[in-house]
Order: sequence, then C-alpha cells, then structure tokens
Amino acid sequence: MSITAPVDEETPPLAPRDDSLRLYLHSWVSTLRGGETGVLPVLAGLILLIVIFQTQDSAFLSAGNLTNLMVQGAVFILLGMAEVFVLVLGEIDLSTGYLAGIGAVITCELAAQPHNLPWWLCILAGLAGTSFIGIVQGTLITRLGLPSFVVTLAGLLGLEGVLIFLINQAGPTNGGVISISNNVLNDIVNGELSTTAGWIVAGVVAVGFGGILARRDARRRAEGLAAPPPPVTALKVLLVAAAAVGVAWICNTNRGGAFALRGVPWVVLVVLAILAAWTSLLGRTRFGRYLYAIGGNAEAARRAGINLALIRTGAFMLSGLTSGAAGIIYASRLGSISTDIDGGTLVLFAVASAVIGGASLFGGRGKMIHALLGGIVIAAIYNGMGLLGLGAAVQDMITALVLLAAVTVDAVARRGRVAH
Amino acid sequence: MTVSETPADGARPASASRAPDAFAGSGVATIDGAPPLLQLRAINKSFGSVQVLKDVDLDIPAGKVTALVGDNGAGKSTLIKAVSGIGEPDTGEIRWKGQPVTIKSAKEATALGIATVYQDLALCDNLDIVQNIYLGRELLHFRLLDEAAMETGARRALDQLSVVTVHSVRQLVGSLSGGQRQAVAVAKAVMGNAELVIMDEPTAALGVSQTRLVLELISQLAARGVAVIVISHNLVDVFAVADRIAVLYLGQIAAAGPVEQFDTQTTVELITTGTLSSGLEINDLRH
Repeated sequence: MSITAPVDEETPPLAPRDDSLRLYLHSWVSTLRGGETGVLPVLAGLILLIVIFQTQDSAFLSAGNLTNLMVQGAVFILLGMAEVFVLVLGEIDLSTGYLAGIGAVITCELAAQPHNLPWWLCILAGLAGTSFIGIVQGTLITRLGLPSFVVTLAGLLGLEGVLIFLINQAGPTNGGVISISNNVLNDIVNGELSTTAGWIVAGVVAVGFGGILARRDARRRAEGLAAPPPPVTALKVLLVAAAAVGVAWICNTNRGGAFALRGVPWVVLVVLAILAAWTSLLGRTRFGRYLYAIGGNAEAARRAGINLALIRTGAFMLSGLTSGAAGIIYASRLGSISTDIDGGTLVLFAVASAVIGGASLFGGRGKMIHALLGGIVIAAIYNGMGLLGLGAAVQDMITALVLLAAVTVDAVARRGRVAH
Repeated sequence: MTVSETPADGARPASASRAPDAFAGSGVATIDGAPPLLQLRAINKSFGSVQVLKDVDLDIPAGKVTALVGDNGAGKSTLIKAVSGIGEPDTGEIRWKGQPVTIKSAKEATALGIATVYQDLALCDNLDIVQNIYLGRELLHFRLLDEAAMETGARRALDQLSVVTVHSVRQLVGSLSGGQRQAVAVAKAVMGNAELVIMDEPTAALGVSQTRLVLELISQLAARGVAVIVISHNLVDVFAVADRIAVLYLGQIAAAGPVEQFDTQTTVELITTGTLSSGLEINDLRH
C-alpha cells in the first residue's frame, strides 16, 4: 500500500548551516564551480590591467590619473547601470546612448537663455523626459509584444533625429552646440568637495556601510539564519572602509601642477549614490525581486501573480532615467552638449560595461556593482592606452577582446550552471 | 478521521435515476458525516464538437492521496484544469467542503486552498529556495523585503517536508536535484495553507531515488491532512503512494475507489478498455 510515512517527532538531521569558516569557504567554492562566479573574473581582469599599465607607465597609478579615470568611467558606469535593468529581464536597450543625449539636451537647454531655470529643475526635467521615453518604449515592447531589440533600435535612430532637431531648434546659429552656463551643472564633474568634506564623507560611508553590513550579518547569526562567519564579515567591512578611505586619499592628493588641485569630484558621489539606490532597489524590493524572477522564468513569475507588463515597463523607464543621468554627467564633463554625441558607440559601451562586469546577456543575472566594475575596466583600458600613446585603433580592438572574454566567461559559467 | 470508504457511486443502482441530492450518501463517508473536501458532480466539458469530460463524478477526501490515472487524452488534464481554475467546466457542480463553488481563475482556486504543482514546477532557477517559495507573496518590513522572516518561514516549510534536506535555503534552485526541486515546488504550494494539492506527473522526469523521495513527500502531505491528487502514468508509483484510485477512460470515470480494490492488471485493463472483462470487483468499481 501507500508509504504512510510516520511523520512528526523525529525530523531528520538538518543539513549543517554555514556557520563555520571552513564550511563557508567550501560552499563558496562549490557555488563558483556551479557557475556563479560573481565579480571574481572582472576583478581579476582589472588587477591584470592595472599591473600591465603600471609596469608600462608609472603615471597610471598616480593620484591625478586615478581621479581622471573615475571621472572618465562615470558615464560608462551609469549607462551600464541603465542596461542592467533590462539585461536582467533578458531584454536589451539600444537607445541608452541617445537617451543620454536627450537628457543632456533638455537639461542644458532649460538652463541656458532664455529659460534660465534653476539647475535642479533642469535636471528633473531632463530625467523626466528620458523616463517618459523609456515608458513609451517599454509600453510598445510589453503591450504590443514587440522585440526590445527592434523597438530600442528604432529609439536609437529616432532619438538621434530628435536630438539634432532639439539642438537646432534651440539656436539655429549656435553650430549644433548648447553650452552649459549654470555653475552647478558644470561642477558636477568639474567641481570638487573640500578635502575635509571628502574625508568626512569617506568616514561616513565606511562607518555607515560597514555598520549596516556587520549589523545585518550579526542579526542573521543571532536568528540562526545562514550568515557568513564573523571573519568573512570583518573582511567585507574592512574592504569597504579601505575602498572609501582609498578613494578619498587618492582624490585629496594634490593632482594639480603649479596650482594645487585636490578633493573628491562631485560626480564620484553622484555615481555612488545612484549605485546605492539602484542596488537597494534590485536587492531589497519586490520590484527588484520580480525583475530577476521574470528574467529567470517569466511563466513562473506570471503564475505567481506578478504583473509582467508593469514590471517590464518599469525596467525600461528606469533604464531611461539612468541614461538621462549619464547624459547630464556627459555634458557636465564637456561643458556642453552637441549634435556630435555618438550615442551609437555609447550604447555599445553601456552593454559592454554591464557584460564585462558580470551581468548576463541571457537574463536573470546581473547587479549594479557589475556595471561599476565593467565601466572602470573600460575606462582603464582607454585611459591606460592613452597614456601609452596607443591610438583609438588599438583601444577599440583591446576593448573588443575584453568584451569577448567577458561574454565567454558568461557563456562558460552558464554551461557550468546547466550541467550542474 | 475517515473510517469507512465505499467505492464511488457503487451504491447507486445503475438504472435508477439520480437521487434528489446526488451528493448525499455518495462517495466517501466520514464518521462525523462531514462531506469530502472536494466533490465533483456531472462535470461536462467540450472543446468544439469533442466532448472531453462526460458526467464526471469524483470525491476527493482530505488526508488521502487520490491517484488520477488514464491514457493520453482520457481527460485527466482537463479535469484538473476545471478544479485549478484554468478551464471552467461547461456544466456540472463543484462542491468545496460541502458548499457549491465556482472556480473561475487560478487566483480563486488559490483563495479556496487549492494549489497546483505543474509538471514544469514553475521555479526560477536563478533565484534561491527562499525567493522561489515566497515569489509573488514576499514578506515586507518597512516596504523592503524581510529576508530574515522569509528565510525562517521557508526553512520551516521545508523542515515540515522532512524527507528532503537541502544544504542551505539560500541555494539557487537551479543547483538542486529533481526531488529537491519538487520539494521546493510543494513547499511553495502548501505555504499558502493549501488544503488540496494537485500534482501533475510529479515523478515523470525523476530517477529511482528521487522518485522515492517525492512519493514520501506526497505521503507526508496526506498525513498532515492535506488532500492530494496525483496524476501519473506510472502505476508502480500509483500503487506505492495512493490511498484511492480514479480511472478516467475517454472522459468518463471508469472506476474509482480505495486502492485495495485495484491491482495492476485490472487498472491497466480499465485504463485501456474502460471496463473489466472478468473479476469479482467489477460491480463495485464500474459505473
């Protein structure tokens, strides 16, 4: 007859929980073998790049160049974050480059004559504009069931036209350029915090973030939940603190010549703030959880009662919003926005940043930190090659190789997961 | 709780007209007179000119495993869909705890306490066990995900299905074995306090040891008082786990009753022909 298993009383021994260091490392290694490599490949690649460039030109790790690298990476990082939202769904957004351009145009135009609106209103308007375009694209993709590749390809083409139209409309005689007259907009990239403020911010980040990490792990251990052992938590906190202090130290070192120039550029804070906000959104809210669920198994998500169209459209809106922010920083760095902006190349860097960092093109996997690391890798390649006097030809070829390497890692890791 | 079982509709004279209340005295009797958890009466369903279900009567008691067997096209899936809210029957009555109900959507089925574990399990491989179990009904704490509470709840749900152990509830579901995946899907189903769990071919893609795990899992569910309907082609599994068997043949119930009244040979005959050529229990089993 049936196996009327005597249940209750004797529950079989539970599998050991991850509370010893040895067990933790063991399970970590098996996770790696399972294909969940996380940020390890990109970190290894970044260290390799740093070693190569530093041995070839000792100026690479100088304070001035490292600060410059952070600024150069900001646009790639933000565009990469925009791409992560849709890559997690298994979709793609090819319009991010020109969305960035549109965001910059709206912001710069409203800040210039004859509007002269306050800087914060200009930024809000720019971000609202790109978010709206994201919603339109997302609606076409979800409600009409069109492929995101095609809809956003149309966006790439169409928005370039809109960009040229808007700039020419603003001033037919300005030669296709809108300059930034507003000091605040200019200072996002070109202004710095005072050295004291830089140290304070670094301290707050180190203590705050480290404290949150330590408290969360401690609470999980107290409740008997799976948590990393104390040494691992301590190591994480230490790394965060070291990174915060390191960035402040690099930026607060004088990088000027005759005139002293020191301080953390505002853009570093902007990127970190957006990184923190989007990381929380993906990791700690229902919206973020549903993005991963849809990217992993859309049918399962649908059966769980998740509104697929709403979540997908939201992802495209956030992609637009983040692209707009990238565009404003792009314009701030150049001091202007012009019809010369190459949104086609920018979007390739956007996808490359996310994928090099570890986000999967196949959907379901990707974090904001991946875009940060990927963006830094791309910036490091261009920065380092520039220092070595290698031209655009070599830079592009090397970037292509790095991208191929990243996709290979992704595909191999994926095979590892499937074979598991 | 259930003490005596008589074969479904066995007491009803074949020629007699239906009693005023077809539910009275039919199917499964219980000591306190409570009706079976789920009662289906005269369920009909057609797709175009093809009648897939013809006057199907079936009782599903609580705390028992009912195996629904039948050849391809016998109407098993259609019958299950009628109960899980995906495909409403054309005519017929569904009673839940004795009360007539209509189940128009999967959401309504869930609200009643009916959970379906589909053959594909509907799990996200890229999410961990906790995230899968709570998918679509995450616990929040100040509008943020309450990971600690969900992890505790998921662990408790899995511990109750004590046949299957996992190393950590934070493992990705993609890294689990077939039996473990089934356990996660079941834990997800019963998390919403399901009183009836329908499992579609739960052992179809599994090896020997994993199949054994899943069968124990099913028995445990029943022991906890949950009614279980298992669709299966594998008669070895059916006889290993079922308390009751219902055989569908061309959209009709060929036989339904306690597992003791069946053996492999008669069941195969019922599945393939809908009738028995010989045997003592025919009168008890057949309509």
